[in-house]
Amino acid sequence: MSHLIIAPVVLPAVMGALIILWMRQDLLLQRVFSITGTTLLMAVALYLNVLAGSGEVQVYRLGNWAAPFGIVLMLDRLAALMLLLTAVLALAVQLYAVGSGWDGKGRHFHALWQFQLMGVCGAFLTGDAFNLFVFFEILLIASYGLMIHGGGEMRLRAGVQYIAYNLAGSTLFLVALGVLYSVTGTLNMADMAVRVAAMPAQDTALLRVGAVLLMLVFAIKAALVPLHFWLPSTYANAPGPVAALFAIMTKVGVYGIIRFFTLVFPQDTAIESVVADLLLPAALFTLAIGQIGILGTRHLGRLAGFAAIGSIGTLMIAVAQFTPQGTSAAVYYLIHSTLAAGALFLIVDMIGVRRGDLWLRLGGVMPGNGLIAALYFVVAIAVVGMPPFSGFIGKLLVMQATGTAPAMLWIWATILTTSLIAIYAMSRAGTIVFWKSSELGQAGPSGDFRERGDEHTPNLAHAPANWLAVAAVVLLLSGIVALTAFAGPVMRFAEATAAQLHNPDAYVSAVLEGQEGTK
Amino acid sequence: MELLLSSAIGMLTAAGTYLILRKRSFAVVLGTTMLSYAINLFLFSTGRLVVNAPPVLHDGGVYTDPLPQALVLTAIVISFGMTAVVLMMALGAFLEGGDDRVDMPRGDRVPPNHPPAAEDKGA
Repeated sequence: MSHLIIAPVVLPAVMGALIILWMRQDLLLQRVFSITGTTLLMAVALYLNVLAGSGEVQVYRLGNWAAPFGIVLMLDRLAALMLLLTAVLALAVQLYAVGSGWDGKGRHFHALWQFQLMGVCGAFLTGDAFNLFVFFEILLIASYGLMIHGGGEMRLRAGVQYIAYNLAGSTLFLVALGVLYSVTGTLNMADMAVRVAAMPAQDTALLRVGAVLLMLVFAIKAALVPLHFWLPSTYANAPGPVAALFAIMTKVGVYGIIRFFTLVFPQDTAIESVVADLLLPAALFTLAIGQIGILGTRHLGRLAGFAAIGSIGTLMIAVAQFTPQGTSAAVYYLIHSTLAAGALFLIVDMIGVRRGDLWLRLGGVMPGNGLIAALYFVVAIAVVGMPPFSGFIGKLLVMQATGTAPAMLWIWATILTTSLIAIYAMSRAGTIVFWKSSELGQAGPSGDFRERGDEHTPNLAHAPANWLAVAAVVLLLSGIVALTAFAGPVMRFAEATAAQLHNPDAYVSAVLEGQEGTK
Repeated sequence: MELLLSSAIGMLTAAGTYLILRKRSFAVVLGTTMLSYAINLFLFSTGRLVVNAPPVLHDGGVYTDPLPQALVLTAIVISFGMTAVVLMMALGAFLEGGDDRVDMPRGDRVPPNHPPAAEDKGA
């Protein structure tokens, strides 16, 4: 038992507290400590990946209490991978926030950032359903603070919607947990799995209610249609780096679905077929509505938000197969879509800073037009899933995994058609922002834009280190390139992860057996 | 007692859901509060209803399941904090925006200085 398993929760918690207590007034110290903390987190996550790579499920018993009663943290391949993904995304986005000066536009950015990381890492590690709820609340409270960082009317209004929606979601979460507890009498996920498996088939009505409620909760977090309404306004109005970090938060919902419906409600039960029947149509609609939304919107922030919804749709199609092949495709696409969505939000923010606003209309030439256009080009290819980047491989894997599914025709038709729509939509947005605006040049007929431009003039002087912001985006994009180049090894890891997830006996026995030394 | 508790949960949930769907933030905050009360009562009932029994094991006697009580305690604390957060946010949005509507204003959908006629056609 390695004590480092709890480090991803404790480290950000200590960092956040330190930052709030000792360096409230000193932005430089905050930056140093916060970036150091995230780097350490990444190192720990790397180590934990090595640890989980052995294939053995690691258990950390808090206070050394015996399992169904005490709280446990669990580390398997999926949890380790999610931790690493969180740390990498957080570090890159944090560098962007520092480089672009976003972290100075309000107070407590870095402290909230660390608490957010604590919540996300805890949600990935915990092996206890109620603790999952608690970590959800931690990450949500921090995200409320980050979401309104910098203030402004629109941001506050979108924030109220975001909070109200998530409060309703938290309420549902508690109902689901209450139902599951009243049926199974336990909240430990492994113990719950044992009791669900032992339950006679005719007594599972309440269990099915609990399972579907739980899926609704995760679907709200993952912004699955028809529960996606909170996302576009929230992401479009949130500060750019915060929206980029939120790319991992939708994945927390996906993680919850994968975890619960492989471990607690595994294959070949009535529960899973109910959920799979609901999940697949929802995923297809999510994909369609996300990609059509890209086409329909006239705001770049919303464009990125709808792109995130679309990628969740693709991801959920793979998850809804509930087969090892589908899950391994989902794991690969999950890595890709997190990096791609993060990069897209950062590039959109760069455009916003230089252009003065994010509406898709003709404006003046931006400083650094060429560089940003190139970055946008790369990320657009990755997001819509064209070769040569990992989006293409990911979509190919998803299609391969659904090749024998009964609904294969629907799935393939939706993926291919929506990809075409997305290509058109992304290239249209890029054309308006980069080419047409630059053709118009300085003397363009964009009077109102130019007049307003004075107050909004891209003030890059606010950004303390603009090169750092660009480097952060390049870092995320190089992650996508690496994911493409090393698709083979990554896929092998994803397959091992899926195999581990679909064979939960090892997980269950790791928690419940061999507890001699515990209280 | 079962009837009393379940009808209380049901009525609180119904009222909370209705209020959450209103368009003024005050009603929404009130609705979330009511919903969280309903949930707390519901969680309390998940350990089966027992009257006049202590929440600890003792030899042979009846006891109340202590776990739901711990869960309710946590849920109360969290919902309390959340209500405070949403109140502050609603207040902030009211002071910045001048009204307490929950929906997004037109400025979220169309660019500033957008001609209204074109918007009508577009919509």
